[in-house]
Amino acid sequence: MDIIGAPLKRVDAKEKTTGQAKYTGDLVPRNALVAKVLHSTIGNGIVKSFDLTEAWKVPDIVDIVTCFDVPDIQFPTAGHPWSTDKKHQDIADRKLLNTRVRFYGDDIAAVIAENELAAREALRKIKVTYEEFEPVITVEDAMKPTRIPIHEERPDNVVVHSSYEIGSYEEARREPGLIKIEGDYETPIVQHCHIEKALSFAYIESGKIVVVSATQIPHIIRRICSQALGVGFGDIRIIKPYLGGGFGNRQDALTEPLNAFLATRVAGRPVKLEYTREETFNCTRVRHAMKFHIESYVRTDGSFAARSIIAYSNQGAYASHAHALVANAINGFRMMYPVGAIKGEAYTVYTNLPTAGAMRAYGIPQIGFALEAHVDDIVAKTGFDPIEFRKTNMMKLGYVDSLTTITCHSTGLAECIDKGERYLNYTEKRNTYKNQSGPIRKGVGMAIFCYKTGVYPISLETAACRMVLNQDGSFQLQVGATEIGQGADTVFVQMAAHTVGVTVDKVHLISKQDTDVTPYDSGAYASRQTYVSGMAVKKTAESLKAKILDFAGFMLHKDPWDLDIKENFIVHKHKEEHLLSVAEVAIESCYSLTNSQHIAAEESHHCSDNTYAFGVCFAEIEVDIPMCQIKVLDIINVHDSGKIINRQTAEGQVHGGMSMGLGYGLSEILKFDPKTGKMLNGNLLDYKLMTPIDTPDLHADFVETNDPTGPYGNKALGEPPVIPVAPALRNALFNATGVAMDSIPLNPEKLFFAFEHAGLYK
Amino acid sequence: MYDFNTLYEAKTVKEALILRNEHPEALILAGGSDILIKLHEGKLSGCDLINIFGLDQLRGITMEPDGSIIIRPLCSFTDVATHPLILEHIPVLGEAVNQIGGPQIRNIGTIGGNICNGVTSADSASTLKAYDASLELTSVDGIRILPYAEFNFGPGKVDLKQNEILTGIRISKESWEHTYGHYIKYAMRKAMDIATLGCSVNVRLSDDKNTIDRFRIAFGVAAPTPIRSVTAEASANGHALDDELLHMVGEGSLVDVMPRSSWRASKEFRLHLVKELARRATIAAIEKAGGKING
Repeated sequence: MDIIGAPLKRVDAKEKTTGQAKYTGDLVPRNALVAKVLHSTIGNGIVKSFDLTEAWKVPDIVDIVTCFDVPDIQFPTAGHPWSTDKKHQDIADRKLLNTRVRFYGDDIAAVIAENELAAREALRKIKVTYEEFEPVITVEDAMKPTRIPIHEERPDNVVVHSSYEIGSYEEARREPGLIKIEGDYETPIVQHCHIEKALSFAYIESGKIVVVSATQIPHIIRRICSQALGVGFGDIRIIKPYLGGGFGNRQDALTEPLNAFLATRVAGRPVKLEYTREETFNCTRVRHAMKFHIESYVRTDGSFAARSIIAYSNQGAYASHAHALVANAINGFRMMYPVGAIKGEAYTVYTNLPTAGAMRAYGIPQIGFALEAHVDDIVAKTGFDPIEFRKTNMMKLGYVDSLTTITCHSTGLAECIDKGERYLNYTEKRNTYKNQSGPIRKGVGMAIFCYKTGVYPISLETAACRMVLNQDGSFQLQVGATEIGQGADTVFVQMAAHTVGVTVDKVHLISKQDTDVTPYDSGAYASRQTYVSGMAVKKTAESLKAKILDFAGFMLHKDPWDLDIKENFIVHKHKEEHLLSVAEVAIESCYSLTNSQHIAAEESHHCSDNTYAFGVCFAEIEVDIPMCQIKVLDIINVHDSGKIINRQTAEGQVHGGMSMGLGYGLSEILKFDPKTGKMLNGNLLDYKLMTPIDTPDLHADFVETNDPTGPYGNKALGEPPVIPVAPALRNALFNATGVAMDSIPLNPEKLFFAFEHAGLYK
Repeated sequence: MYDFNTLYEAKTVKEALILRNEHPEALILAGGSDILIKLHEGKLSGCDLINIFGLDQLRGITMEPDGSIIIRPLCSFTDVATHPLILEHIPVLGEAVNQIGGPQIRNIGTIGGNICNGVTSADSASTLKAYDASLELTSVDGIRILPYAEFNFGPGKVDLKQNEILTGIRISKESWEHTYGHYIKYAMRKAMDIATLGCSVNVRLSDDKNTIDRFRIAFGVAAPTPIRSVTAEASANGHALDDELLHMVGEGSLVDVMPRSSWRASKEFRLHLVKELARRATIAAIEKAGGKING
């Protein structure tokens, strides 16, 4: 059986299910000190002074650090590869602790104590004097000219404003006979809710600051810590053990820079900095809330003549990934339906809210909701068939985006739509469910998406891999790419075994990254690792295989070019007869008295291509109008992610993404006190993450294309499953009730007011 | 690590009452599912606790010779939901507490804690109110019996004296006999949630099952405390099982409730739910009693 495509059990299944797998919290040394951060209790202002008298009296207090004590260095936190071009560098807009308070919960001081209770008691006893300004919560307010800027470098609070135009929008929309449809759409602030909270511990060893952290991006965190502390890259060492979920939140420096600094304050003794769940909600990152205004001009033949979008993205207090997300969103707007003249404009705006950063699918769930809701608004107004309309206008094979050059190398989107349509019997049901009456109604909805696999050419794509052969013919596989629960380690093992020609049990994957010894990789984000890091694995495996065959040729007195490796044996190319085992080659190469060689391979891959993954969600719901509740009766995602490396883990990714999409569509939203900017529901009781009992049966299917640019024909899968779910549910609600919602989540209270407004209670 | 000062361990009820008398500021620790959260939030930092969790005398559900059902306060929600006496005579109470939190919380959280915390969202509260329960409150000075209807003063404020411990919850035979109840917990999730609104109805039908003999209805989160709607009850008693009954129950409930707008839900939404839940719980309770609307 071919290893690529085989439903191999996860390589970490046993360790994780038996509790043997070590996470950051399992590794904290017994003598570690405990650090706690003092967060501001105002949303906007300046720290004038601290009174630490009572706090210093708490027994077991080791150190107190305030915003007046940290290095005067502003640093960026976004988990992007560094750009040596100043213009493309991330915005450096925060210090380790900040005197200028920019949101309710900003980091203004930290205490280090022998134990957690002492640290907490000291926090309570610190008195702070502030100068307070009125918090600015909304993008509209923040853009008003009279406000005190949140960052003095951005007097108008606009982090970045960007725009593009394909063709002439003004000219195109004047074409006679066009139908104009416009709409406003809005998405909420939500959070990743990874089960392992934000945490790290740091110490000094052999003159280096070592930070052990639950991060998706160890090599990038090393760079950020070195910048934040003003020390060399090589003075920092980051270790990333097993990790309990990231979803983009850990594609950012969270606790690490401050933790590294705190270790230097106590002569290198280990210091643990672990956020509570509440701190993880408020003081890490959230998904950007976005507002969109979309205008479409459609011909009577169902094709777009012109489309435009204006997008506003609420950045919160610090830049983090900043404009990259809403830029991705308006790019996605263009790429999905690249027909007619297209104009896009986007603003990213600072507010006094928690910092928004990367989260699964990076701006595309926002535009995915707005755009696919808008398409159903178009078909409702024009009478076009929703599937035919999408097929007419959607991206086709060979499309080259004129602004990024990203090319559609493969697409199974039309087949995905057909598969989902057949599964749900969508068209027939959609007609049946029109014009229902009564309190309980059914509806069907669908939505499509396209998604870039990596970040090229916006950002660098690079990855490296190392393989070291053991004397028994097995080998260590080491990658800089990180396992964050998505199953990366498992598919890397499959790729390595397949390409070298051995069975998967011969591959010993080193899951932990240590920046002192692990090859470079930017880490787990975008949906890049199987595509970019996978190519590094492939190249390294080919290199290792060549070295094994070279030595086998020496042993057999044959030309290595005539040899191959099949299922752990050296064979003649295209023949089955076993000439030698890989194990025999391995032991001889190590101990040969005449020709010892220690066979290892290391390759890096500079990726200068990208490709689109596609997919669709079809959903059927039942709406209880008096109870303001939506019940999902059936739901399926069908994905074109190229060749599927492991069907079982791929389905797991789809299920997880659909679950996240269901929460995004139906129940999740972070709420804030409009007066203070304080987060109101930053805990797992009041933040309505779906529980298993709330989750319907999830169906996942695939259309397997063979992408010519993917190492094994594969494309993005990690993030995409979250994208189409919310708009499919919204469109199903529209079908069921005739109520076209322009925002998510579709939670009961919002439905109550919408149903009341629509006269459904009369 | 939890930030409390002293933990007093009571080995008998008498010892608990003496500790309570000696340390009036100390909090009673039963299952701890609420206290641990408050400790985590830092709201009770440095508090003293009297642990009564080991007192098995305060566990169990029994029937008195007069037919009253006594629930001891340390019964966990799981104990209540699975006890034969509850399943046979007041199944709705088991159904109500079975919607609290998740399995772990239901195994550790106690019905006594649910009542004494005095929050309006307590899932056991509306059903116990609707069954006209009375409370046995014990101190070193003796036992005081108080109708549960008079227990709640305001949000988190109850008529539990500083030296008292809740030692029993009584539901009289007159309350439960021939009575069928239904509870609807309206929340944003099907588990691990607090009620946006809770509604508990119980009915006793006439022998011919054509009219309401006695109707009781209580709400959680419809006011600062769990409340009964006397207006809805008065309009329903003796009424035929028809649409007008459902209408009157809904409108009557609106007279007595006084929900507030909060960031969790608006007053308008809660008022809408009061009517709808009253209607649905009434229909369900009548059907359990063997009656039928417009039948």
